[in-house]
Amino acid sequence: MSLDLISANHAAATAAVLAGRANRSARGFGSGAYPITPQTECIELLCKQPIEKGHIVRVESEHSAMAACMGFSLAGARSFTASSSNGLAYMAENVFAAAFYRLPIVMMAVNRTLGPPWNIWVDHGDTLMLRDAGWLQLYCEDNQEVLDAILLAYRIAEDRRVLLPILVCQDAFVLSHTMMRTEVPEQALVDAFLPPLDLPHRLTDRPRTVGGLDFPHETEVHRRQMCAAMDAVPTVHREAQEAFAAVFGRRPADRVVPYRIDDAEVVLVSMGTTASTVRRAVDEARDRGVKAGGLRVHMFRPFPEDLLRVHLAGRRRVAVLDRNVCPGLGGILWAELRGCVGGDTLVQDYLIGLGGGDIRPEHLRSVLDDVQGRSRAGAPVHWEVES
Amino acid sequence: MKEPILGGIAQTTLDRSEPLLRPGNTNCGGCGMSIALQMLSRAAGPTPLQLVIPACCAIVTAGPYPYSAYGAPTVSSTFASAAAMASGLAHAARLNGEPTRVVCWAGDGGTYDIGMATVSAAAERNEDILFVCYDNEVYGNTGGQRSSATPYGAVTTTTPLGKDVPKKDIVGILAAHRIPYVATLSLAHLQDVQRKFLHALPLRGFRFLHLLSPCPTCWKSEPAEGIELVRLAVRCGLYPVQEIFDGRRVRINVEPDFDAGALARYFEGQGRFRKGVDLEHVRREIERNWEELRAAAGRQED
Repeated sequence: MSLDLISANHAAATAAVLAGRANRSARGFGSGAYPITPQTECIELLCKQPIEKGHIVRVESEHSAMAACMGFSLAGARSFTASSSNGLAYMAENVFAAAFYRLPIVMMAVNRTLGPPWNIWVDHGDTLMLRDAGWLQLYCEDNQEVLDAILLAYRIAEDRRVLLPILVCQDAFVLSHTMMRTEVPEQALVDAFLPPLDLPHRLTDRPRTVGGLDFPHETEVHRRQMCAAMDAVPTVHREAQEAFAAVFGRRPADRVVPYRIDDAEVVLVSMGTTASTVRRAVDEARDRGVKAGGLRVHMFRPFPEDLLRVHLAGRRRVAVLDRNVCPGLGGILWAELRGCVGGDTLVQDYLIGLGGGDIRPEHLRSVLDDVQGRSRAGAPVHWEVES
Repeated sequence: MKEPILGGIAQTTLDRSEPLLRPGNTNCGGCGMSIALQMLSRAAGPTPLQLVIPACCAIVTAGPYPYSAYGAPTVSSTFASAAAMASGLAHAARLNGEPTRVVCWAGDGGTYDIGMATVSAAAERNEDILFVCYDNEVYGNTGGQRSSATPYGAVTTTTPLGKDVPKKDIVGILAAHRIPYVATLSLAHLQDVQRKFLHALPLRGFRFLHLLSPCPTCWKSEPAEGIELVRLAVRCGLYPVQEIFDGRRVRINVEPDFDAGALARYFEGQGRFRKGVDLEHVRREIERNWEELRAAAGRQED
């Protein structure tokens, strides 16, 4: 175990290489790699690493990056790629296909604003666009969590009860280009944590067609099986957390992460790095006598409805901080979360930090003031911040 | 299992125990791709293959899940992705010390159009893939729309007056990537097809085979006349039967007689040219193509 000062991009590549090497006794590791700001540093590091029994294919597009990953995965190799923003939009067709083929691919996504007009800063709209793709989604808060989540993701994705791909998301620049002290595990520990991949439906010499045609009933069954796999995730995730803690000596984040929530009357809900600002805003509010708490959604897919119901039960007010917008609906986290609270709870949506606008403690103080002053919830509010 | 259409070549013990394209497939009668699959089947013999097939008739013909009309492990890629997905499979095979065996089997849409960037990139990387384009010169699976492989003059549902520009020179494009092997396949010259499959299969690197694939449904032609139509296309010079080694050495495999009657009968035999084609214009184009082809073929000694 070494303590390195690395960016989250490098943390992701480091984790992918460790996971890739861990499959050297089985069918190896492969990646289709393509650059896009702010993810590029990740695939650059990936391409520089010697990986025993591993190949990186330098493809011509994100669409082909995911297709190459599917080829590797169908051949039984462990597979990884990384992308962001418009790259994910271009890749989308194959993102869905990877889930339909039940391939345990892990992808790191740096959350970046979709364009044009071009904006390279953080916004969660790119990966939330893929919320229906059949992938698990994890949103990270710091570099250590990015590294840990990628290792954890392989353990969950390759579990036979799941066999679904996983997106590990991190905020553009706030994490991707920020160096933090990160514990990098020894290869032997990763080998102990990640058993060799044995994909039950890998392509062998047996004649059969992966893909082909589905009639309605076959599709009904395939979709039901995907939903059942998602239903198994909370259990598999908990087991993976325990195994991770046993091997590495630290416990990865729960699906939702509460902060000073026990007696909270008003709760700020967020994803990604906003949660650290939420903690400070909660502390300051508590100093002012406001019973505030924070809740971070770490795993967005499968949606942690069970935990949200527990944590939000009986709260008077919930302010959802959506760093994304679905025009014609509002914030996506708010839209999904508002069904998880009782009728007596006021749930207000704040579209904040869109396009990478810097969310500061004073912005969250004003959000708290706003939600405290409401007698009923209104339409989603565009809470614009100066950057 | 008897393979009925092998141009008179007898079934031998060298053939696969079961053909690549099995009974129960949904291809139309007279489909050129069906014949070519049986030729590949014969050439491959017992060699294990993996087929990567993008969205096209060739994946529909596999039939509904969980059935498969293919006698080899087959994976369907998204429309543009055959060569990229095959790259992953080929790399994984090499990592695991397995033989060259990945075959992309794609239509003209998945090669000339939506698949172009992917095919070009895989060729540039010289991936260990045999890429076969069965070119019926139209989006047949969707009911007959023009592609960039549709020839000048052909009526499709999206070119109701006939296409006003010629087809893309895919052989020239692939040869420009300087890949180890590019060849065209004529279903009227099955020994030549067999020889080319046998040459291409064990080669390393990106190999591209182009098949003029009769499509009675979209060509509005008689199913039984497909092979004869290809023979006419070869005779009149419209479809040069050639191979190109390393993108440079060009070899002409069948010498046309440039028969004017053959040219006329090729167009008359297909309802898709019913709006009329300026045969003199086509003849001049053929002449120009062959001047270039002969210059290229004459530049080196075999």
